[in-house]
Amino acid sequence: MFAFILRRLAVAVPTLLLLIVFSFVLMSLAPGGPFTGERALPPAVLANLEAQYGLNDPLWLQIWNYLVSIVVHFDFGPSFVYPDRTVNQLIAAGFPVTLTYGGLAFVAAVVVGVALGVAAAIWHNTWLDYLAVGISIGAQVLPNFVMAPLLVLVFTLWYRVLPGGGWSFNDPSFWIMPVIALSTSYMASIARITRSSMLEVLGSNHIRTARAKGMPESRVIIRHALKPAMLPVISYLGPVFVSMITGSVVIDIYFSTGGIGKAFVDSALNRDYAVMMGVTILIGTLTILFNLLVDVLYAWIDPKIRY
Amino acid sequence: MVIDQTKMQSLSARLVQDEVKGRSPWADARKRFFRNKAAMFGLTILVLVTLFAALGGQFAAWSGEELDFSVMGRVAELGAPSLANGHYFGTDNLGRDLFARVVQGTQISLMVGIVGAAIAVIVGTLYGATAGYVGGRTDQIMMRAVDILMSIPYMFVLILLLVMFGRSMSMLFLGIGLISWLDMSRIVRGQTLSLKNREFIEAARATGVSSFRIIIRHIVPNLLGVVAVYATLLVPLMILTESFISFLGLGVQEPLTSWGALISEGAGTMNYGTLWQLAFPLFFFVITLFGFFFVGDGLRDALDPKER
Repeated sequence: MFAFILRRLAVAVPTLLLLIVFSFVLMSLAPGGPFTGERALPPAVLANLEAQYGLNDPLWLQIWNYLVSIVVHFDFGPSFVYPDRTVNQLIAAGFPVTLTYGGLAFVAAVVVGVALGVAAAIWHNTWLDYLAVGISIGAQVLPNFVMAPLLVLVFTLWYRVLPGGGWSFNDPSFWIMPVIALSTSYMASIARITRSSMLEVLGSNHIRTARAKGMPESRVIIRHALKPAMLPVISYLGPVFVSMITGSVVIDIYFSTGGIGKAFVDSALNRDYAVMMGVTILIGTLTILFNLLVDVLYAWIDPKIRY
Repeated sequence: MVIDQTKMQSLSARLVQDEVKGRSPWADARKRFFRNKAAMFGLTILVLVTLFAALGGQFAAWSGEELDFSVMGRVAELGAPSLANGHYFGTDNLGRDLFARVVQGTQISLMVGIVGAAIAVIVGTLYGATAGYVGGRTDQIMMRAVDILMSIPYMFVLILLLVMFGRSMSMLFLGIGLISWLDMSRIVRGQTLSLKNREFIEAARATGVSSFRIIIRHIVPNLLGVVAVYATLLVPLMILTESFISFLGLGVQEPLTSWGALISEGAGTMNYGTLWQLAFPLFFFVITLFGFFFVGDGLRDALDPKER
């Protein structure tokens, strides 16, 4: 197992370095620098600015400095647009918010999705099954950027029970709509995957044996069916994680929650490359770490997996 | 024993006739597909939406770019959908005709979806088939590259690309095309691996057909079923991706528009009481996604009956 984790890390680290180098080269190739605006700066000012941000160095040196400062000091450098703020500050301001509602949404999607899928499989071809399938088909076409306005329409504009935006760590009513908007479509996918894999497991031989032994049905499901049925769900968690982080951009914009998505889109609109790259690299790191975690979890649940 | 002459004649006539036509797997699949109600429903929706995109412009009383000054400033009261002033879907917040804009948004969204899926089909199929057919170390390297690309949060990289190289349609296509083929190449590779040891491939190799020709003429045609199903399911994903980016205001730029941009506009103005600005684009978006998902699922069930 340890060797397996090491081998996965041996792939993960170059991937990350590649991402950093790729986005840095991309930035240097882009037409126009961060300081080319509508009003051209005087050449002397421009030269000073470029010297201050190290943009005059050869490309490989820039990349090397950038890499070193990230790896050694965990420092993404200063923002190009807000000279008094560093990328670290901008990310640190938004990250706890994203983590709170993102984590809640992830847990909600997994718990509700799995529960719905298992229930649908156990009571296969009953009204409950049809309801679950209906919900999961319906929710498939309701991505976060569709759910968000619809939720605001219903709960803020019509019923006036939830705040339509903003964020407070102390007041969970601000959390409800971001979590629902972010989790709905993934919950539906998880429910669908769980249902079909659970149906397959429930029809397999070892379940028949367990039932034939006279084991109570609840025990059959919890002890013998649930674990193998979870494997496809676990391998789907990686993509869900990525999509949710991506979706948080919409949530931050639409609900003004102030997470890192806000920093990302603002920097995209301002051409603040330093912030964009910082966010992209941070999210790339999280994604790769999470995929590693999922693989380990998968190998732990299914000992047949070779590592 | 009296032999019934007429029956014998009909029998001999039957025997003279051509062989009874066998049903090919494709004919079977077609039959199953056309019997699938959800898939036929989806297909109908898609045909109607396509007709709307292609011909809707003919019926628009206004172009999507002119401002209706009689409505401007009082959109909430006067801009509602009405047949009388020619704004069948109402107007947007600037007094532009929403019908014309939805037609245009539909065209762009469908185009992005189809082009994105087409890139995925071409690149993904060739890449996956090559990796699977050549095998060995080449295969390992090629698939490892796909693994690496897949573990990158592509939406962020896509936005990075769009911002750095300008937000144009061609950049959008390129960006979406860059990521859309990854899944396809994996599926195609798996399928190729199971095909490449079959006799007809061996025969082709024995007669000295080049690898490239084997891939193009013998492997790819046998992958069509899987590719078709997956492509149908990819189109809505591409539409979702584009809408996501346009919702953030980073995709299609004015005066062009797409469903995502229209939904974003509608969502931004709904508290002024102009709900139709959200409702119409959302309606087309949702039914089209449903249509593609239904058709895709129907195709998969039709081609793979054991899954049912």
